Order: sequence, then structure tokens, then C-alpha cells
Amino acid sequence: MDFTFLWETFLKLLSGVPLTLNLALVSTAFGALLAVLLTLMRLSSWRPVGWVAQFYVFVFRGTPLLVQMFVIYYGLGQFRPTLQAWGLWVFFREPYWCAIFALSLNTAAYGSEILRGGLQAVPHREVEAARASGMWGFLLYRRIVFPIAIRQALPAYGSEIILMVKATSLASVITMLEVTGLAAKLISQSYRAVEVFVVAGLIYLVLNFAITRLIALIEWWLSPHLRPAPTVSSGAALHHA
Amino acid sequence: MQGPSFLDLVGFGPEGWGAALLMATGMTLAVATGGFAAGSVIGAGVAGAKLSRSRALRAFGDGYTTVLRGIPDLLVIYLFYFGGSAALGVVGQLFGADGFIGMPAFLTGVLAIGVVSGAYQAEVFRGAFNTISRGELEAARAVGMRTGLRLRRIIVPQVLRYAIPGLGNTWQLVLKESALISVTGLVELLRQSQIAAGSTRRPFDFYITAAVLYLVITAVSSYLFRQAEARALRGVRRA
Repeated sequence: MDFTFLWETFLKLLSGVPLTLNLALVSTAFGALLAVLLTLMRLSSWRPVGWVAQFYVFVFRGTPLLVQMFVIYYGLGQFRPTLQAWGLWVFFREPYWCAIFALSLNTAAYGSEILRGGLQAVPHREVEAARASGMWGFLLYRRIVFPIAIRQALPAYGSEIILMVKATSLASVITMLEVTGLAAKLISQSYRAVEVFVVAGLIYLVLNFAITRLIALIEWWLSPHLRPAPTVSSGAALHHA
Repeated sequence: MQGPSFLDLVGFGPEGWGAALLMATGMTLAVATGGFAAGSVIGAGVAGAKLSRSRALRAFGDGYTTVLRGIPDLLVIYLFYFGGSAALGVVGQLFGADGFIGMPAFLTGVLAIGVVSGAYQAEVFRGAFNTISRGELEAARAVGMRTGLRLRRIIVPQVLRYAIPGLGNTWQLVLKESALISVTGLVELLRQSQIAAGSTRRPFDFYITAAVLYLVITAVSSYLFRQAEARALRGVRRA
């Protein structure tokens, strides 16, 4: 084992972590907003709006993310004069924004399905009870529907965030030097694929483990009703501990 | 922008790339099927390890699924492509060959997809195994079936039946993952579109065509899996 090489590789790959996290978090945030919009469209009482959302989900879940990225990064270059005329070219010529755009559009499709599942799992009796006590419209959603739906959707959304961290690696194909991009560069320079792979893999595992714990923490924080109620004895035990 | 129309470009005429794109679609299906099959073998083995009584085997199975589901597929592809080439180089030197020996791209694809989808399929198989009622396994043992016979007559038929929806999801993942194999230069659908886009300077037309072809494949296969599921469960009473 060549530990100096492993350590140098680790330091080099570590410099890609901020970009990996940046891509994952920014696109998850944009994607979540779009996912909420899609979910509302899907649940709308006006059918054609729902069909549009359904078609969107079908297209983005049925095609590879890399193809979506290529359509946006390379494909839109075909319309450069038009995009320049509209002032959008500054945005689409940057691989960073193209990656963010593709990742957000992609995760929104998966996210909207997760949110829809969460919303549909809100018990009807709770909505009825809220209505009976005079809540309606946005208040009903803010106080009753969204908290329950988010709580129910959170585990699945957590896996989606992990998938997003993994998906950011595709940005390396459109020239972004995040962890996988740096790893590919190092492998082609040193031809030591196994060592670089082990280090890069370890970085992703640590990132994903940290995110899993964070989601578990949020889940715990959002479901106080599932935690055992504090009792006199447990409090006493804490004091003695 | 003047030039051949979209339909001329993707059609089968003299300027058309239709035949090449269809061939490449065949390659995508071939590499995805090969990888999925390899993944089924690996997945069955890993699921067996996760369900085994030996603690070491269980730890191996858990480690395998955790690691392979936690790292990007692209890294695994690079590992097999560059790592495989390096290993081949060492073997080549033993036989007196010098220099770089490239790992065959198709083999890289099948291996990488197989190893990754094996982790997902292991979880699918394990979940399906847990739906078999303990009583049936005990009954099979009680009438004197040995492990192999029990596997063939009792376990595999039922696991396959309950695994179909999960396998369908994994197949969709595999199909989309096969697009990543284009980085190794294997001329599958995405790589062929890249080639066509480069030579005609019409990237949008070709990438959209590729997207539509992928969409057709995923839509048809999800229909087929739904049919298979309905057929496999025709004897099962649903709650």
C-alpha cells in the first residue's frame, strides 16, 4: 500500500467536495420547488394541467439523466443566436448552470411523485377535523396537510437526496471538476484506478452517511408524537446517569 | 440555420442516421440485458449471503449493498474501464506484449452494470424471499427436500413471482445507466448520437432523438413488466 499516494489523492479529491455538495444542494432546492409545483398541478381539478405534469414526470423519469444534460449543454448550443437574443446564453454556456438545470428538472420529476405519495397519505379524518374547527385554504395546508405530508414523504425524499449526490457525478462528463471529475483526471494521469476509486468511493460514502443521519435527525424532530413520552423515571434516570 | 431537415437527419435516406441509431439502440439493449443478467446472478448470490446464517457472509452482503448503492455508477465504470485495462496490461506483459491494452468496452459495460445492479437486485430478491411463508419452507423440509430441490421447487418460483415489480424498477435503472457506458467509447445510443451530432453540428436534433428512443424503450419495458406481473400473480388472491 502506497500511503503517500492515497493521502495525496485524498487531499486532491477533497477539493472537489464543495462543488459536489453545491451541485447536490442547489439542485435539490430548485428541484423541490418545482416538485411542489408539479404536485399541485397533478392534484389540480383541471385535468389538462394534471396531464402536463404527468407527461413531464414520464419524460424525465424515462430518459437517462446524462441524455438530459447533453440536450441542455450541447443541444441548446444549436439555438445559440436565439438564446443570445433572449439574453439566456450567459446561463446556458456555463456547464455549472446547465448541470444545475438538468439535475433540478430531473429530481423534480422523482420528487413530485414522492410528494404526491405523501399528500395522498394524509388521513382524511384529520383534514375533516381541521375543516370542522374552521380552518380552510392556506391555513389548512400550512397547519395540517403539509406537516403530515412532509413527515410521510421525508424518508423517500432522503433517498432521493442521496441519489442526487450520486447524480452530481454526471456533471463531470460536461467538464465540471467535482469529486468524480477529479478522480477521472487522476486515474488517467496515474493509471492507478483501484486506489483512486477506493478514496473517491470512501468520500461519497461518508457524504451519503452524513446526509442519511441528518435526514434521520429531521425525521425525529418532525415526529414528536412517535417518541416515548418523557416519564418521571426516565427523567430521574437521566439525572443519575 | 439551413441544412437537411430533422426528418432527413434521423431518417433512412442518404443523409440519414436512422440505421446507425437503430443499430446503436440494439447495442444499448444488448449491454443493458447483459448487465442485467450478470446483476441477477450477483444479486442472487449477495441476497443469499445477506440471508445466510453465517455472520461473516451477512456482513459481506450488507457491505456490498451499502457500498455499491452509495457510490456513483460512473466511478464504478471508470474503475472497470481503467482498472481492467491496467490489469490486462500486467497480464499482457507476462506474455511479452508491451504497452496499453484497452479493456473491451462491451465487457466493461456488462461488468460495471452487473456489479451495480447486483446490489439493487440483491435487495429485491431478499425482500421477495421474506414474503415466502415460513410454513412452506418448513413443509418442504419436512417432506425431505434437500437444499437444491427446495430452491428449485419452492423458493425460486415464488421469489421470482414477488420480485417482478422490483426487477422492473431495476431494469429501468439499468437502461438509464447504460447511457453512462458511452464514456468508455462503446457505440451505444448516446455515443452514436454524440458522433452524429459532432459530424452534422445538429446536437439538439440527435440528443432529442436519443431521448425519444430511450423513452420508447422504457415505456415498452414497463408495459411488459406490468403484463408479466399480472401473469405471475394470476393465482394469488389479493387482499
